[in-house]
Amino acid sequence: MSEPFRIATGGDVKAGAPLTFMFDGVSYAGRAGDTLASALLAHGVHLVGRSYKYHRPRGVLSAGAEEPNALVGVDGGAGRFTPNLRATQVELHDGLVATSQNRWPSLAFDLGAVNSLGARFFSAGFYYKTFMGPRAAGLRAWKNVFEPIVRQAAGLGAAPTAPDPDRYAQFYTHCDALIVGAGAAGLAAALAAGRAGADVILCDEQARFGGSLLQERTATIDDAPASAWLEAALAALAAMPNVRMVARTQAFGHHAQNLVGLCERVGDRDSAASEGVRERLWQVRARDVVLATGAIERPLVFPGNDRPGVMLAEAARAYLARWGVAVGRRVLVATTHDSAYRVALDLRAAGVGVAGVVDLRDAPTGELVEAARGAGIRVLAGRAIKSTSGRLRIREARIGPVASTEAAQEERIACDALLMCGGWTPSVHLHAQSRGKLVWAPAIGAFVPGQAAAHVRSAGACNGAFGLAAALREGDAAGAAVAGGSARAYATAHDPPQTGARDIAPARSAAAKDKAFLDFQNDVAVEDVELAVREGMRSIEHVKRYTTTGMATDQGKTSNLNALEVAARALGKAVPEVGLTTYRSPYTPVTFGALAGASRGDLFDPVRRTPIDPWAQAQGAAFEDVGLWKRAHYFPRAGESMAQAVARECRQTRASVGLFDASTLGKIEVVGPDAAAFLEKMYTNPFAGLAPGRCRYALMLNEAGFVIDDGVVARLAPDRFHVTTTTGGAARVLHHMEDYLQTEFPQMKVWLTSTSEQWAVIAVQGPRARDVITPLVEEIDLSREATPHMSVREGRVCGFAARVMRVSFTGELGFEINVPSEHGRAVWEAVWAEGASREAVAYGTEAMHVMRAEKGYVIVGQDTDGTVTPDDLGLGWAIGKNKRDFVGKRSLARPDIVAAGRKQFVGLLTEDPAFVAEEGAQIVDARGGAGGAALGHVTSAYFSPALGRSIALALVANGRNRIGETLHIPIMGRTIAARVVAPTFHDPQGALLDV
Amino acid sequence: MLLIHCPYCDAARPELEFRYGGEAHVARPADPATVSDEAWAQYLYFRANPRGLHAERWRHIHGCGRFFNALRDTVSDRFVAVYEAGAPRPDAAETKR
Amino acid sequence: MSEARAANPTPPTPAFPDDAEASLQSVGAAARFVLRGETPAARLAGEALGVAAPGRINRAEAAGLRAMLRLGPDEWLLVADGEAPAGLAGSLAQALDGTPHSLVDVSARQVGFVLDGRLAARLISAGCPLDLRDGAFPVGAATRTIFLKAEIVLWRRAAQTWRLEVWRSFAPYLIGHLAEARRGAADL
Ligand SMILES: [Zn+2]
Repeated sequence: MSEPFRIATGGDVKAGAPLTFMFDGVSYAGRAGDTLASALLAHGVHLVGRSYKYHRPRGVLSAGAEEPNALVGVDGGAGRFTPNLRATQVELHDGLVATSQNRWPSLAFDLGAVNSLGARFFSAGFYYKTFMGPRAAGLRAWKNVFEPIVRQAAGLGAAPTAPDPDRYAQFYTHCDALIVGAGAAGLAAALAAGRAGADVILCDEQARFGGSLLQERTATIDDAPASAWLEAALAALAAMPNVRMVARTQAFGHHAQNLVGLCERVGDRDSAASEGVRERLWQVRARDVVLATGAIERPLVFPGNDRPGVMLAEAARAYLARWGVAVGRRVLVATTHDSAYRVALDLRAAGVGVAGVVDLRDAPTGELVEAARGAGIRVLAGRAIKSTSGRLRIREARIGPVASTEAAQEERIACDALLMCGGWTPSVHLHAQSRGKLVWAPAIGAFVPGQAAAHVRSAGACNGAFGLAAALREGDAAGAAVAGGSARAYATAHDPPQTGARDIAPARSAAAKDKAFLDFQNDVAVEDVELAVREGMRSIEHVKRYTTTGMATDQGKTSNLNALEVAARALGKAVPEVGLTTYRSPYTPVTFGALAGASRGDLFDPVRRTPIDPWAQAQGAAFEDVGLWKRAHYFPRAGESMAQAVARECRQTRASVGLFDASTLGKIEVVGPDAAAFLEKMYTNPFAGLAPGRCRYALMLNEAGFVIDDGVVARLAPDRFHVTTTTGGAARVLHHMEDYLQTEFPQMKVWLTSTSEQWAVIAVQGPRARDVITPLVEEIDLSREATPHMSVREGRVCGFAARVMRVSFTGELGFEINVPSEHGRAVWEAVWAEGASREAVAYGTEAMHVMRAEKGYVIVGQDTDGTVTPDDLGLGWAIGKNKRDFVGKRSLARPDIVAAGRKQFVGLLTEDPAFVAEEGAQIVDARGGAGGAALGHVTSAYFSPALGRSIALALVANGRNRIGETLHIPIMGRTIAARVVAPTFHDPQGALLDV
Repeated sequence: MLLIHCPYCDAARPELEFRYGGEAHVARPADPATVSDEAWAQYLYFRANPRGLHAERWRHIHGCGRFFNALRDTVSDRFVAVYEAGAPRPDAAETKR
Repeated sequence: MSEARAANPTPPTPAFPDDAEASLQSVGAAARFVLRGETPAARLAGEALGVAAPGRINRAEAAGLRAMLRLGPDEWLLVADGEAPAGLAGSLAQALDGTPHSLVDVSARQVGFVLDGRLAARLISAGCPLDLRDGAFPVGAATRTIFLKAEIVLWRRAAQTWRLEVWRSFAPYLIGHLAEARRGAADL
């Protein structure tokens, strides 16, 4: 297939066999080096999308990141679908498949375009009025009428449905100078900073460095053509090891202290992306930043300015110079600025028909204007575009005097492309994001950087300094300044000065039918902004929200200034008085893939596994998440349900012996002469009198008096304690202790060290626990007398240094063997082997929960919720009565804590022994629930194998005084009666512990 | 992500290494048992929420582990000063700003 | 049952694609202690270890396979590669006797790796926001820091050689991310 509008090669376009790509099901040929936009334009395809609200046909407007219209979905196959990509930035590759958006059933025949007949439907304030109108009517209308229509009609692209198969990488990096934008200013800055030895990163969102130099055909720098200077500059930079150059890289966010987010497109130019990385997100921390982000050409505002074929003038120059593509055969130019003449001249020189230059200025003068006249290009001064026509592409424009409304005065000029230039808007986005101030520059009708954040500089067009000479001068100065180098002078020639005019508001022709659009992506027209002002909006922030102008994915890069001017004119104010909307990150949309990086799937969060975990996996254990840990939940045998497995594990543990992996318990070694005194502050219990070799159950409160953790404190020596915490509380408890130690008790000589992962912990529980471990233990006498309940001994287990605690969370005779983690699995397997002849069972966290509930042992975080005191739990005995102070003690005397009627921890036995209550179920005092007072809630409930019936634990108002009462648990449609009992269901005397 | 200067490491380190610790200079009463209910409630629950300079606690938890204090401007999010735990709030004149 | 079984110092971790640009090796068994206290305690421990105790925070000193890393104003990490903790614990305790301190065996708490090669610093930067350039993080610098959602100790042993210490259950996460970063840096 030939490319009828490809009139030259060179520039970006590479030699070699043509590529094939598909757009909306049609196959086209393109060239390596093309963007999707340049390749389509080479075939004369301007129509690339439908607009958001009115489904108007839209064409390629620009050649860069500011593109509002040419949004496409690119399907890379196998889940690689990306919506909302700008065709001007999609690099062509062989086999690329792209589709237009917002059209149904086809791009050329779109049923949704009827929206433009009923345009009032989507007028300014549509969303606002719909949602904020009379409440019932508004909501009903929205749900029944508007939402279905809007969902069908509006929207930008479709979200992908399959998991993204590509790889994304993220790196932090640091540099002395980050230079954003590799046009003339950025290159000059990089050369200056690089020569001075600075560590430089130079990035540009385009595939090629050079910015506007890539389309410069006449100007010279230091007597060389701009293209030759560019080549030499790039070679010089490439030879500097201290300069990193990253192309295809968008700086999308500029945050405090020069943290700049860059998104690099690595693999999406290549269909074999699955082999590598698609995008790379860089978080750059730069000592200095030089912004050389250029300027964006501003569209003109006239009726029908959105027809395909109506483009930004400089874009046409870029398509011609860089991709050899003529955007039409008979091109009309409309402008308020000299720069468009350069476009007309370049097109004419390339043999493209130029129908004329419509200049809104009364008497344009200057070198470029004269050059155009000299080249025989017709200049229509003091004229404006009054309207355009053509169904899917512009065919004709009507030209009339700027102030005229009369159709009779209009001249009709046939054209297949209309290039517009309303001046230039400096790209101040990153400057503003970095909290730089903006000031209004009336001469160019735009905001330019004012006071910058520390170590941020703007250079060239983004600083409002237009033209090649200014770009080189400011870039060089900025680069030299950040690196401590010296500036140099560049000599430029054949780069005529360009000026423009602002504040020309052509009158609307009586014959014009189309809207004059401001925001192409959100379909906001002049009349919408004017309506917003009529309806009382005074600040641009209000106008923006009312009309949605500037709120699309392009953030109004081409439209904000035009909208601001329209609003200012309607308000009769100067632009700066109307205000400016906030510039927000990201500059262009960033994929979720880039933001997530490798943090997905198994690498989203750390998956913490204990040393014994591989054994549990081999046994077929089911696991549950506890914080970041995977814990063995239960060990089902073939055909067993969870309930059956848990019941078996509980019964067998109580009948003989059970093994439990308690390695995830938090552990803190508290060492120093003041260790006991410090622990007395941190826990409710007394420790001064705890003898070395003994353990104590310990309760930790916050300063408000509420239980936040519990554990066992084992005294190994007068100055050394081994403290355990809950699994989920390990890090929090250590932080809490460090807080008090460092900031309230800094005089104490005591130090805290986390040993959570130093020790693997094997709990061996059950009447035969001693029998099982005795053969493996050396240097410790495990007899009842020598190692009583709540004691700790150091010795050897399986030959490894070990701490053996005699503690129990089941109510049975129990030991917890602590061995260094690396030996955990070996010791576990040795204990398991010893247990084989004694009917040992491995049990998981569910059986652990059931057995502790049978004993009424609290689980902090399940039976407590941050509002529960020790007395509420019936744990008043754990408070050291003679201690004057500990964290939380004072609060236990607060009036609301000592008041009667607090919720207290009790047991519940349902009338129906088979009924297991829901954890969290409410408890009331009246059958049927109605009229009954809410008294509390169920905190834990299980089927108890020891009792052969259900049990529950609950927090109930005045609960201990209600023991013996029957209360009620309302559930769907009925209530369950339950008797309040003491919260110890199994071996209430604790006889089994003392064996 | 801010860079925060840790007075113990004497280096600017990434915010991700730090944990916020609430208002600084809220001293725990030396003998809580002697404090009235009202004063205790003040200590527990009442905190400043200034627009401007705020003295606050930070911990370089994933670095040197130390708690320290900082003066941060809650409007600009800038750290004006950092100082070791236990040291007085610096430059009272400036805090009136 | 008195024979000590072979130590298995490293939990199962994802494979790291070693090549000339970056390779990752486990340091194997090592004795590790956290020493807390004042500077005199550090000096005494250093003498027992045969290592000059680092006086500046976030610096390490090494002698052979033994090293001291000063991670905080009153905190040193003592590492002796290839040694068992028991013997060292005895000599350290003896040296420190009478000086207020805390010495805690953390040999099994964490595991160590050496990441080596031209891309080593780049791969660490996949998760660690610190400035790792020569001026900011010279050879001999050592600090606790973060790597995405894991806490690590990072110690620069040579221009392109980095020691990483991480709590054992976080090792698969750390290595998995380093391996992903290696793929993500394929063209760098
Ligand atoms: Zn620090």
